[in-house]
Amino acid sequence: MNISASADVLLDVNDLVVHFPAGRRGMFGPPSKVHAVDGVSFRVRRGTTFGIVGESGSGKSTTAQAVMRLIPMTSGQIVFGGENIAEFRGEKLRLARSRFQIVFQDPFSALDPRRRAGDLIREPLDLLGIGSPREREVRVRQLLEEVGLPPQAANLFPHQFSGGQRQRLCIARAMAPEPDLIVCDEAVSALDVAIQAQILNLLKKLQRERGLTYIFISHDLGVIQHFCDEIAVMYLGRIVEQAPAQAFFSAPSHPYSWSLISAAAPPGPLRVRLKKDYLVKGDPPSPVDPLPGCRFVQRCPFAIARCRDELPVLNIQADEHFVACHRTGEINPPDFASL
Amino acid sequence: MPPVLSVKDLSVSMNGTKGMVPVLEHLSFDVAQGKTMALVGESGCGKSMTALAIMQLLPEDFRVTSGSILLDGVEVLSASPKELRSLRGNKMSMIFQEPMTALNPLYTVGNQIGEVLRQRRGLSRRDAHAQAIQFLKAVQIPAADKRVDAYPHQLSGGMRQRVMIAMALACKPKLLIADEPTTALDVTVQAQIFDLLSELQDDTDTAIVLITHDLGAVAELADDVAVLYAGRCIEQGAADEIIAHARHPYTRGLMACVPHLQLGRAIDHLAAALDEIPGMVPPLGARGPDCAFLPRCAFASEICRAQPQPPLDRINAGAAVSCWRHQEIAPGAMA
Repeated sequence: MNISASADVLLDVNDLVVHFPAGRRGMFGPPSKVHAVDGVSFRVRRGTTFGIVGESGSGKSTTAQAVMRLIPMTSGQIVFGGENIAEFRGEKLRLARSRFQIVFQDPFSALDPRRRAGDLIREPLDLLGIGSPREREVRVRQLLEEVGLPPQAANLFPHQFSGGQRQRLCIARAMAPEPDLIVCDEAVSALDVAIQAQILNLLKKLQRERGLTYIFISHDLGVIQHFCDEIAVMYLGRIVEQAPAQAFFSAPSHPYSWSLISAAAPPGPLRVRLKKDYLVKGDPPSPVDPLPGCRFVQRCPFAIARCRDELPVLNIQADEHFVACHRTGEINPPDFASL
Repeated sequence: MPPVLSVKDLSVSMNGTKGMVPVLEHLSFDVAQGKTMALVGESGCGKSMTALAIMQLLPEDFRVTSGSILLDGVEVLSASPKELRSLRGNKMSMIFQEPMTALNPLYTVGNQIGEVLRQRRGLSRRDAHAQAIQFLKAVQIPAADKRVDAYPHQLSGGMRQRVMIAMALACKPKLLIADEPTTALDVTVQAQIFDLLSELQDDTDTAIVLITHDLGAVAELADDVAVLYAGRCIEQGAADEIIAHARHPYTRGLMACVPHLQLGRAIDHLAAALDEIPGMVPPLGARGPDCAFLPRCAFASEICRAQPQPPLDRINAGAAVSCWRHQEIAPGAMA
């Protein structure tokens, strides 16, 4: 869509749809559906970080889990390294998993409390049959060192680690089968700020050294700006804006992006003005059976009749910069330069 | 006018298997009417224990070992259970991080807000219900007359936190303790809740103790701030002063390690590593008399190793810091 075919694309997600059943409307009504992800397409270049930002219920985690083949998808294509892994089943899928791994938000619930750290890191190698038992031991020690844990840590249980150390363990475990892609699903959100910086720097270092590709999911725009090469903003199951980081932060174009930015702006008169003009009110509406128009219409200060009737699609606005809004060009973006 | 809340030399210890372990040491601060005091620090620094000590809701194994907590002239630490009951709600109240677990799922929100009014102010069921609607309006919940009969699970996270705020403010307390009130909420909702808190404060003149790890929130809401590290206050003073001229290496580290949003320009993020504070907060029981931040401090020198942690040293009218080397670290910040 936005990257020329010649570029080195590792992951190409095409029109991904994930719907969940949500009971019926009334006893005899039609079945309802949660439109968790509703037609999402993006490409991720090898060795780069693709950021997905959005509030809870925006579908960012569902997108990631569907791409990881952890939850069933309704339709769509996931082309990973040239193969459509959406069609993979059974043994083929199991083996393919060595190439894409995920790190979750909560390192407390992501690790089996009854297994030692060394075993936890070795488990993916055992399951995928990588290396001899002896090689696996060596690899575990290497991984501990790479994520900044001492070799003795291999003998400890998860509860003996702090939150930051546990997240290091999760990263080591994800790195174990030498994947090409790691999804970081709010991987630093539960950590204290000082620890968050440590983990972000570690992820960056690993990317530099190993050419890793990341999908980085976060609700924190500051972290996203610091960490990502390309950014997609999701709202109620759809991408509403997508652009290279530089373009996004110098000229964000969707009203929802403006709202997110105004909520995250550094304190000061700028923030006060941004919040007054662009911060949306209320909470995101329910993703159950959404209405036909733009998903953002109830909260958008710029909505017109057309926004209620017609779902906007991503349109190219500038080089590699895509926006899904009927009113692009008609409404004034915040002018950061003058603020 | 005397402060609404005056905490003096407060220490809290945990009764562990190895005897009494200090959790919070010699904390002192005042909060005046209509002012906001922020307690800042990483988890395990004693922020929440301070709040629970003020509310006298400390967990079983925790005990206040020294100090005094004066709330509107009344000593909270020596109050009888009956007196405490009337202080909570009437004089002080608290909102928690996770509104879903703080609300009772079996009662409507109107019932829960009304309960405070019935208990504390002796209102009838009908009057309490009518008042509850007014409070829901005050915290800007749309269709308040319908939502009053909703159960917590029918509301979004942001609305639940608004209900908590309505409950906490129902009896017009002099002091509101907000323990990470927005951590569990979405970013756009966080900004709304902070705005709401400061609007309500303007109307009611409530004193607020805000517990947070978010220095952005401090800059926006707080008049004063105390930075806690491993149970000790290491820097304290006017919020503007501390934000502009942090002196303690920990405070400076906290501010530097947050990736702030930069608008209108791009940062060369591949080159820029974030400043990080290495290591972590020492666990309970592993805190000696020397500076608790020493093992993580980039500025640690001979004097830090040779001497115990210095007391909070008043630098000027606006700020106090507990660091041997603050003059060398932040010479430009001297008064």
